[in-house]
Amino acid sequence: MLQVKNLHASVEGKEILKGIDLAIKAGEVHAIMGPNGSGKSTLSSVIAGHDAFQVTEGQILFEGKDIGELAPEERAHKGIFLSFQYPVEIPGVSVTNFIKTAINEIRKANGQEDMPANEMLTLIKRKAELLEIDRKFLSRSLNEGFSGGEKKRNEIFQMAMLEPKLAILDETDSGLDIDALRVVANGVNKLKNSGNAILLITHYQRLLDYIIPDFVHVLIDGKIVKSGEKELAYELEEKGYDWVKAEN
Amino acid sequence: MTLKPETIQMELKEKLIASYMAFEDRSDTSDHVHNIRKEAIQNFEQKGFPTKKEEEWKYTSLNALLKTDYSVFPKNENSIEFKDVKKYFIHEIDSFKLVFIDGVYSSYLSETTHDGMDICLMSAALSKPKYKMVIDSFYNKIADNSESLSSLNTAFASEGAYIVIPKGKVVSKPIQILNFATGNEAALMLMPRNLIVVGENAHVQIIERHQSLSENEVLTNSVTEIFANKRAIVDYYKIQNDMLSASLIDHTYISQKQESRCTVHTFSFGGKLTRNNLNFYHEGEHIDSTLKGVTIIGDHQHVDQHTLVAHNHPNCESHQDYKGIFSEQSTGVFNGKIIVKKEAQKTNAFQQNNNILTGDKASINTKPQLEIFADDVKCSHGCTIGQLDKKALFYLRSRGIPEKEAKALLMYAFAHNVLDTVKIPEIQKRINKIIASKLGVQLGFDL
Repeated sequence: MLQVKNLHASVEGKEILKGIDLAIKAGEVHAIMGPNGSGKSTLSSVIAGHDAFQVTEGQILFEGKDIGELAPEERAHKGIFLSFQYPVEIPGVSVTNFIKTAINEIRKANGQEDMPANEMLTLIKRKAELLEIDRKFLSRSLNEGFSGGEKKRNEIFQMAMLEPKLAILDETDSGLDIDALRVVANGVNKLKNSGNAILLITHYQRLLDYIIPDFVHVLIDGKIVKSGEKELAYELEEKGYDWVKAEN
Repeated sequence: MTLKPETIQMELKEKLIASYMAFEDRSDTSDHVHNIRKEAIQNFEQKGFPTKKEEEWKYTSLNALLKTDYSVFPKNENSIEFKDVKKYFIHEIDSFKLVFIDGVYSSYLSETTHDGMDICLMSAALSKPKYKMVIDSFYNKIADNSESLSSLNTAFASEGAYIVIPKGKVVSKPIQILNFATGNEAALMLMPRNLIVVGENAHVQIIERHQSLSENEVLTNSVTEIFANKRAIVDYYKIQNDMLSASLIDHTYISQKQESRCTVHTFSFGGKLTRNNLNFYHEGEHIDSTLKGVTIIGDHQHVDQHTLVAHNHPNCESHQDYKGIFSEQSTGVFNGKIIVKKEAQKTNAFQQNNNILTGDKASINTKPQLEIFADDVKCSHGCTIGQLDKKALFYLRSRGIPEKEAKALLMYAFAHNVLDTVKIPEIQKRINKIIASKLGVQLGFDL
């Protein structure tokens, strides 16, 4: 589904990603772990198409096609979703209206009609239940005055609504207490199927207790220095990132 | 031959003074009003049109407007069909209506009343004896007679809204004041004059709009005086979405007595040049004044929001919140003056002006002016000028919302909290629609 080949990216002339290779197939869950400043969030932003980063070398292929030149919205239309570490507050636009707008823009881009209102309502209700979201929450302004946990839950709610092929969850566990983490992880697990893929970006192993990855990659200083199966996460938790650094 | 600006202004000024002579000859008002007019024209004659040399007009030039050869009195009486102008009314709701076409009252389009209150015409009030007491006590009492354009209006004023709400009356429906310009004249200067007196505990909602119907030039120089008695509530909406051939210089003066609450929302989306002078004077304690504005303009449009809140007594509050979005080569001015007199202790005065510039050639001059002579007060002001938040833009685009719509959504969000205090839902809806169309998008939800 996603193939990242020798990806180099920089911001304001400073190279952050220094040759990333990554291949994610449908049905897989990958986790990228790494210390602060290793380039984890940059990688997620670059895949989602943030124009603050310049791709200086390499390629990002999605379903076999180079998406390097596509705008963020075009990538979303193809089925890429990024759950933000710091979701932005949009006063005056309710969660419901926002998600309706997003869904219908994606449908429009894919040559579909707007989703009928009753279908939309049913979908919203179903997905809100999945993430144990109160109805009142949905009529509030997007992220405005939300707690850290509410923001993250709202991100996953959007993911549930948009049903992306590839969901990149950037530090989704940060700011969540243990109960909220369980709800969010449970939601993600229910959304996972053989046709989609998930890329988890995280600093800690904690999230991986709830969303079990098929593969774990360690990102240090803009490079993936080690890849393995889920056991690698435990090893990292135990020995710390210095252990991998020392190995390299 | 090109004329110097002074010469051009001189020509229009001379013409206006000559027109005044003819106008005053055939008017049938009391000596009181006649004297007010005489003084006003003398003041205008002495001061002339304001120029950029004056501090209050530093960033707004009238030169281009004053080149036009305006007529002050239309040659013919013009009529328009309701269906052609329906969209300019907030027509979804029942309301009283005072409609003027090229400065002349249209009884056909209006709905007035004398039932327990007066919602009627200034021309009647200025000439009929039964209104004399109100006119003598209130007319031209707070309009700034040292200001030349207010004086010009006072000299010529003969028509407009006359609204007197007695003590304890809650007006059951909003009052709409609409001034249409047909454009049947090549260029027209209008001088509407409104007087609004709201009694103790009375409550009124007013919507004011100036609308040109053709591409011929119109310059409106409007004066409104509002008196809010004890505990009165006045809720005023100015909807400015005129054609690019129309300009508006508005002067609104509001005098508030103790515990009254006045709110003015100014929505400036249209017109070539718009200058809003909004002045609040506190004449009692525990007064609340709210001034809110949204300006969204483009092209070569210019909007100047000039506010004054005079805190003359203790324990009063004022809240100002103006938002501006300027695209293309549009220019804006915000000048917010707050005066807190020595005796006005425990004043709370807040002022906020936030702007977004989306055009490289767009500009805004923003100037808070706080003159505080009391020592136990809370006053704050803040102004920002910025571009759209790039992170927010990326967030929306990553959800599949295209750049143009995403920008519009952010601008909508930026302007939004000014709309929170709009108490008439139909106005909120209308303004939302205008905002969406100004931003060039169909926001994908029910606005």
